[in-house]
Amino acid sequence: MQSKRTIFPNKLLPYALLAPQLIITIIFFLWPAAQAVKSSFEREDPFGFRTTFIWFQNYTRLFAEPGYLNAMGRSALFAIGVTALSMGVALLLAICVNRLLRSGKFYTTLLVWPYAVAPVVAGILWWFMFNPTIGIVPYLLDAFGYRWNHRVNGNDAMILVIIAASWKQISYNFLFFVAGLQSVPKSLVEAAAMDGAGPFKRFWTIVFPLLSPTTFFLMIVNINYAMFDTFGIIDGTTGGGPAGSTTTLVYKVYADGFLGLNIGSSSAQSVILMLIVIILTVVQFRWVERRVQY
Amino acid sequence: MYKNALFLSAALAAVLSASPATAQTEITWWHAMSAELGEKLEEVAQGFNESQTEYKVTPVFKGTYPETLTAAIAAFRANEQPAIVQVYEVGTGTMMAAQGAVYPVHQLMTDKGEPWDPSGFLQPVVGYYSDTEGNILSMPFNSSTPIFYYNKDVFEKAGLDPEVAPKTWAEVEEFSRKIVDSGAAKCGFTTAWITWIHTENMSALHDQPFGTLQNGFGGPAAEFTFNNEVTVKHWDNLKRWSDEGLFQYGGPVGGADAQPKFVSQECAMFMNSSAGRAGVIRNATDFEVGFAPLPYYDDVIEEPKNSIIGGATLWVLNGKSDEVYNGVAKFFTYLSQPEVQADWHQFTGYLPITNAAYELGQEQGYYEANPGSDIAIEQIMRGTPSENSKGVRFGNLTQARDAVDAEFEALLAGQKTAQEALDSAVERGNQILRDFEASNS
Repeated sequence: MQSKRTIFPNKLLPYALLAPQLIITIIFFLWPAAQAVKSSFEREDPFGFRTTFIWFQNYTRLFAEPGYLNAMGRSALFAIGVTALSMGVALLLAICVNRLLRSGKFYTTLLVWPYAVAPVVAGILWWFMFNPTIGIVPYLLDAFGYRWNHRVNGNDAMILVIIAASWKQISYNFLFFVAGLQSVPKSLVEAAAMDGAGPFKRFWTIVFPLLSPTTFFLMIVNINYAMFDTFGIIDGTTGGGPAGSTTTLVYKVYADGFLGLNIGSSSAQSVILMLIVIILTVVQFRWVERRVQY
Repeated sequence: MYKNALFLSAALAAVLSASPATAQTEITWWHAMSAELGEKLEEVAQGFNESQTEYKVTPVFKGTYPETLTAAIAAFRANEQPAIVQVYEVGTGTMMAAQGAVYPVHQLMTDKGEPWDPSGFLQPVVGYYSDTEGNILSMPFNSSTPIFYYNKDVFEKAGLDPEVAPKTWAEVEEFSRKIVDSGAAKCGFTTAWITWIHTENMSALHDQPFGTLQNGFGGPAAEFTFNNEVTVKHWDNLKRWSDEGLFQYGGPVGGADAQPKFVSQECAMFMNSSAGRAGVIRNATDFEVGFAPLPYYDDVIEEPKNSIIGGATLWVLNGKSDEVYNGVAKFFTYLSQPEVQADWHQFTGYLPITNAAYELGQEQGYYEANPGSDIAIEQIMRGTPSENSKGVRFGNLTQARDAVDAEFEALLAGQKTAQEALDSAVERGNQILRDFEASNS
């Protein structure tokens, strides 16, 4: 860094300039997070008449609960599934659109639409399509001899929520991949083609490494999306069932806090979820980012 | 100029602040009635508003029952609560424990000098919503009980008598087999509410305890005991029937897929709340629907006990002005009128709350004109209620029911036997009860 600095004579000005951002961060992020940490150490009745400080009891209880450990496993599966599927499909679509010269803009517009659909509406939409009684997909699968029933079969249910959650996210990933692909210099690809590299070779050795900053960014965004933002979709399709097989950590926070009115346990769960995402993000920046070429 | 503006705004403020005194007192009413039921509820509020000029009841739809309860609790904590909130029977334990938040109805009506005669209400309804001293804490509004629906056309196709519904579970199995074997329908029966119908009512009908301390009426120290022999046997059967294709599971909680299975004629028989009657009739356009009481095991009990109720009541929340409570009391008096009650009951399929409303319906010849419409009330009034059929009252019952649903799904998936599933549902449920007891003491 250069040593040439601008010195502000006014000591207060920098703080004043920072204040709006700081205030927003404090009010909307730090304060609620502190509240969650506080109530995770408490036991309280729903109306808030009686509050007892109980140290780590909410936490120890969670880790003794088979349902919670199960939710952790299901979340991992769900997050990996959603990230892989939504990024994979988005990349494929982006490559296809990138090759189109004239109609590319048109497809881009169409492919972005699902992102505007509210999560619960998306959930209901897939619920209809996969409904064992009135849905089109089970009807088609039946022709192949597969009896789809996500009400009873936990794997069916997991596939359903992964598809529903990915579908929405594909649009978002797609936009970033299209932008990323367009910034790959044409000259590099053409030079490789002249050296005799086939399309797959060109993609894996030139385009994909050059896309890595985009891919890395999207991976973090997608994991966070799957971890935090998907309870509306799960609520609209499977409601966490059958037998807890689609109950992810964030859905359990919602179910225990909002439906079960167990605020202490729900807060403890959200604190743990917060820690998991912080750790994941640190790990990604520390180790995965080294392999990213900017 | 500046002075003028100041004067003007002062005058305006005076006018604004003076106007509420002359205008009506507004009473907000949060409810969870959607679609046809919601429209009918608004009609009830409208009827009250037109019957007098002092008060105005404003109904606000807040989503499902759990969402409405959560919203009301959050609002109470922020001091933004409505005067009246509709809370489902599962939330009764939670509301009763929240003594500082609730203005008990019997006290409100006495304080405000409104006519209040608990003996005019149907006994099973009053029993469910009274405290241990027999005082009614919330205003009964929409109470229902599960009944049995069947498809008369499919019965005929399968060679069964369309006028005869199965009385026992053995007959349900036999009829289902005939229906599936003859190809009249793909499945025999489906059901809403595994928890309410096949666990809570199953125990009540067969006079089995669902929990200790009179099913929880005796206090928060109660424990679940619904892993009784009858329920285990019944769940075992449901699993077997599901494997054989006679029974199809309609999903957790209220069973969102169950009614579509019935009205699309995939399943020939269906168990659901009596309040589902209007919806079933509206959607079952291609066939005739028959109604019957819930089946039972005749090798367990000869005369099944009464079924227990579900639905919701209206709770009055603390922290409002005296003026508002005057209006709430007036509104409740209006709600108790036989004409209002009978109209609501006949349109929705909910039970008539008062004896007078039931009698009015009989005088009008409503039950003769609408066969099956009195099944629910007869089922709930039959015999002498025992301690086991009075109802259930547990704190955090919503969560306990979630555990029951999850265990039932584990049974269907073949991960557990009926005994194991019910044992672990009881164990998880008891943990939830202890949490509730701890956080409310």
